[in-house]
Amino acid sequence: MIDLQGYGPRLLEGALVTLEVAVLSLLLALILGLLTASAKLSRHWLFHRIATLYTTLIRGVPDLVLMLLLFFGGQIGVNMFTDWLYYEFDVDIFININEFVAGVVTIGFIFGAYMGETFRGAFLAVESGQIEAGRAYGMSNRLIFRRIQFPQMMRHALPGLGNNWMVLLKTTALVSVIGLSDMVRIAAEATKATHEPFLFMIPVAVVYLLIASVSEWIVARLQKHYNAGFGEADEWNN
Amino acid sequence: MADTPIPLEVRDITKRFGDTEVLKGLSLKAHKGDVITLIGASGSGKSTFLRCMNLLEQPNEGELIVHGENITFKTTRRGREPVDWKQVERIRAKLSMVFQSFNLWAHMTLLENVIEAPTHVLGKPKREAIAHARDLLDRVGLLDHADYYPAQMSGGQQQRGAIARALAMDPEVMLFDEPTSALDPELVGDVLKVMRDLAEEGRTMIVVTHEMSFARDVSSQVIYLHQGMVEEVGPPKEVLDNPQSDRLKQFLAPKH
Repeated sequence: MIDLQGYGPRLLEGALVTLEVAVLSLLLALILGLLTASAKLSRHWLFHRIATLYTTLIRGVPDLVLMLLLFFGGQIGVNMFTDWLYYEFDVDIFININEFVAGVVTIGFIFGAYMGETFRGAFLAVESGQIEAGRAYGMSNRLIFRRIQFPQMMRHALPGLGNNWMVLLKTTALVSVIGLSDMVRIAAEATKATHEPFLFMIPVAVVYLLIASVSEWIVARLQKHYNAGFGEADEWNN
Repeated sequence: MADTPIPLEVRDITKRFGDTEVLKGLSLKAHKGDVITLIGASGSGKSTFLRCMNLLEQPNEGELIVHGENITFKTTRRGREPVDWKQVERIRAKLSMVFQSFNLWAHMTLLENVIEAPTHVLGKPKREAIAHARDLLDRVGLLDHADYYPAQMSGGQQQRGAIARALAMDPEVMLFDEPTSALDPELVGDVLKVMRDLAEEGRTMIVVTHEMSFARDVSSQVIYLHQGMVEEVGPPKEVLDNPQSDRLKQFLAPKH
């Protein structure tokens, strides 16, 4: 492995942290996004209101501010809760919001709002006749979602989801601010110690590019899968 | 007769969209093997009536009895709706619908379309469902298209595929909502032929259609609707060959 003045192994660990934060945030964002889209499309006014508040909040506040707010403010909130538990019920626990959890939760929370918008548009793009046919054949709403709406929606959502993922990946660099030793933080430390920015920042950039390229390949594969039945006419001369 | 419940009965269905009353108390009784055609000008309510039968539209009043099972309704703030949606799903599975715009599921191959509801709604084993589906596709002349996606087929092929999908449920009643209206004229014949065969083998069918020759040759009963009411009803020989009202006479007159 490349030594990089002794920083090689630590940079590699940092790259793994970056990847972990990115993937876990993505999962959280996808779940929150689906929930947000369902809430916005539901007939229930309360769900609608909550989802709108959420997306407005996220879109209006800088990512970094949200992250600092959650990391510091979140710990205060949790402490207040555990203090209350101690005084009221004599239960003594300590919950520590660490940098990793705070990073994943914040990024997942931020991108959940963007994913929600992407999913919402994609669900609206599914033809109503497709869903109606499901109803007419006795399918429950859940079955219709799983077998018809979701697979057909993904075709419309994937380009947007792919974009969001790329931005999310780069946003993980923010976790270095709250002290998580991701790839960027370690490279910054190494640069300060050695005064050789290119030696460390170029590998970092390359790793981001590598992850991005692999992602693009995966998204293209998924796109092909969900496009089955919808592709261009010239694919089909059979 | 008393032993086997009749497949479908609707009583005094009314339906309003806003302030417009589109169905004004319609009833219908489909015995086993009946082919009932609903005819009428556009806006007469015939499609809405059909869609009330499997509750794709919720009637504001009236009763619906499928194979002896009475659907129960309740009135909520949003209007009248079924008490038990599981019951609705159960009766929908007994009433296959064929749509004007086919509505085959676009992300599935034809074969996948045909086995979808039997396997996921009725819980039929996949192998059995596939064997049945292949027989049905053979019947409608599409066995060689089993692995095609809907978008790769002509409208007529899609509609015959949709009929195979409907048959795969072994339905009590088949509901056809203008099945040939979206087809090019040269493709109508194949679809009508399949429907004639179904009528001949004793399928219970309710058909909204503009195809008067089909209505004349195949149906046991013709219902002519006008503005949400039954204007004339009876065997095709009476209704189509000897119309009483001026409106129906005019409706049936050849148009040039």
